[in-house]
Amino acid sequence: MYRKKLVSAIAAAAALGMLATGCANQSGPSTSESSGAGNKVDIPAISKVDVPSGAVLPKGDGKATCPATTTIAYAGAQTGPNAQLGINIFNGIQLAINQHNEANPGCQVQFKKFDTEGDPNKATGPVTQIVSEEDIVGVVGLPFSGESKATGNIFEQKGLVHITPSATNPGLTKNGWTTFYRALGNDAVQGPAAAKFLTDKLQAKKVYLVQDDSDYGIGLGTQTSEALGDALVGSDKVVTGQKDFSAVISKIMNAKADTVYYAGYYAEGAPFDQQLVGKGFTGSFVGPDGVKDDQFIKQAGDASSNSFFTCPCIPGELIPDFATEYKKIANAEPGTYSIEGYDAATVLLSGIDKGKQTRADLLSWVKAYDADGLSKHYKWDSTGELATPDVYGYKVENGKIVPIGVIGK
Amino acid sequence: MITAVIPSLISTVRTDDTWITFDVNSLAENFWNSTFDGLTFGAIYALVALGYTLVYGVLNLINFAHSEVFIVGCYGVFFTLSALNFGPSAPRLAFWAIVGNLVLALVVAIVASALMAVIVERVAYKPLRKRKAPRLAFLITAIGVSFAIQYTIYWWRGPSPEAALTMFRPTPIFDVFGTIIDSQQLVIIVAAVILMIATDQFIRRSRTGRGIRAVAQDPDTATLMGVNKEKIIITTFIIGGILAGAAALFYVMKIPSGVQYSGGFILGVKAFAAAVLGGIGNVRGALLGGLLIGLIGNYGQVLLGSSQWTDVVAFLVLVLVLIVRPEGILGSSLGKSKA
Repeated sequence: MYRKKLVSAIAAAAALGMLATGCANQSGPSTSESSGAGNKVDIPAISKVDVPSGAVLPKGDGKATCPATTTIAYAGAQTGPNAQLGINIFNGIQLAINQHNEANPGCQVQFKKFDTEGDPNKATGPVTQIVSEEDIVGVVGLPFSGESKATGNIFEQKGLVHITPSATNPGLTKNGWTTFYRALGNDAVQGPAAAKFLTDKLQAKKVYLVQDDSDYGIGLGTQTSEALGDALVGSDKVVTGQKDFSAVISKIMNAKADTVYYAGYYAEGAPFDQQLVGKGFTGSFVGPDGVKDDQFIKQAGDASSNSFFTCPCIPGELIPDFATEYKKIANAEPGTYSIEGYDAATVLLSGIDKGKQTRADLLSWVKAYDADGLSKHYKWDSTGELATPDVYGYKVENGKIVPIGVIGK
Repeated sequence: MITAVIPSLISTVRTDDTWITFDVNSLAENFWNSTFDGLTFGAIYALVALGYTLVYGVLNLINFAHSEVFIVGCYGVFFTLSALNFGPSAPRLAFWAIVGNLVLALVVAIVASALMAVIVERVAYKPLRKRKAPRLAFLITAIGVSFAIQYTIYWWRGPSPEAALTMFRPTPIFDVFGTIIDSQQLVIIVAAVILMIATDQFIRRSRTGRGIRAVAQDPDTATLMGVNKEKIIITTFIIGGILAGAAALFYVMKIPSGVQYSGGFILGVKAFAAAVLGGIGNVRGALLGGLLIGLIGNYGQVLLGSSQWTDVVAFLVLVLVLIVRPEGILGSSLGKSKA
């Protein structure tokens, strides 16, 4: 008898719950759309970017020779919560190596991938393995700032050159490392550009800045909040792996912010945006390169339609030759940093073709490098930074990320 | 009152590190918001905590695999709703269609969790009980089973969280102290409270409930008095599983992207802490502890300025309470009928 009661109590609970759900659902659209979406700014998408005419390509002159053991490695996320950012990169590298090996029968460069899961704590193992493999003469990676910081010394000790296609923490080039090169602008460039984008183009009056606890999020968050000045109405911090953002969201709603800038990765950014929109936030959500990926849209669903991105990455999908070739091997459009990965691999491959086939030779080759790649001109200063890299803006349009041109200038 | 006590503490807290602030204003501004969110989480913790407490009551065993019983329920919700074409975007369905789908997901989650609980009992604990294994062996087995289930899911589903599932877009229902309560919070709190009361009444009033209390008090005497101990044990696990399954639905409702192989771990630890805080073995203690852990964590993170303090504050309070009342707030008394 009492069991029956329990069952009916559970059923009652469920029914009541569902009832409330349903009522809510019906009244839904009217309330969420009525509260001011007034400051939505329409920025048109761009459809082409300039490609340097004399860009160095992986295929070279086709006459290169090298030992069959010559190897280039990728170290970075292949699995893990932010795996897609790494996958974009190694597909770019793979494309460069395929094109090189096809054109150069005398020089078949091997490509090895090492998985760090994007986690600073797990990265030292694979990197130690890389530096101990003598055949590896150059590395593209590591993609994320935290893991780059954790492993820079290991590369340095063994004199192994590595070009990061995506780590943007400004502090990385201040460690005195001579083997670290960055194939894009850092967050000292992205932060101010993002701030300018928010206040000028998006006409944000009240920006709420949220950063995660990674080296990347902290660095970018600091740079951006400094540049935002008075437009910043508040800031908060979240942690890697966080799933519930209700406390942060409550603060954002209380601050009456019209725009949220999230300095972190999509693994947390997507549920954050989703819960933000769920709580009735009608302003814009702006994320950096770590959030700019189709996975963000996939995970946040229709909530993502309020999103913009800032990224020191060049829209590779607008470079037709690159985009078609990339699609063949990756079965997908080029993603964030695909072209940076491709360019970084090209820098290393062109050195190998010129006979720089030891670690020391290849390191000095990169150090003295001065040529165009598909995405930009590559010439590093003594710390490993590029001169004046561009930052692009992107937006979500019909469930896809589309570029809206150079920002911050 | 809070505002009177706290300023005196501010001077003693170092606030130069930006990762910890001591923002009383922020707490005051967000007080009701934090309260309702805290209660929402607390309700979920409480439902899971009941599972720990009931099993502890009858077996004197911390069933560490209970967090996996919970996450299996989450997967039940995930697969059901995915099959019904729910996804990250809010569904465009009629009201009754959503209700129907969620009830179905609830049933699947409850069945999945209850089944998992029974399997855990039969595979991991019953053979040990038969051989009269020492207490420590149960504890280690519990941890082992927990990992075994977790990594079976890992092996099957991979390390990444499953795609988010939005069951419905939360919408404002009514206003309390200038803070909006949305449909999601209301559904979770109301449904969870009904379940808690039902469980409490079931344990106190029903024949099976009396059996559970009898076994908790003195298993041997209970057996002599005609209580079927094995049946009571398995029933206890099933009740824990049912509540965990219901908690799973609410959890996925609250955190759409929370379905992951390791997703039950922290929640399980917090629910366990809630059970201990209220007094392990005590049904009402688990309810109180769950709500308190939810509230305290939420206040803590707003006060200290960052989400990473949620768990720290919750556990700190747990430690402080246990120093003063080692038995937990309400004491551990499932067996004594004052429960």
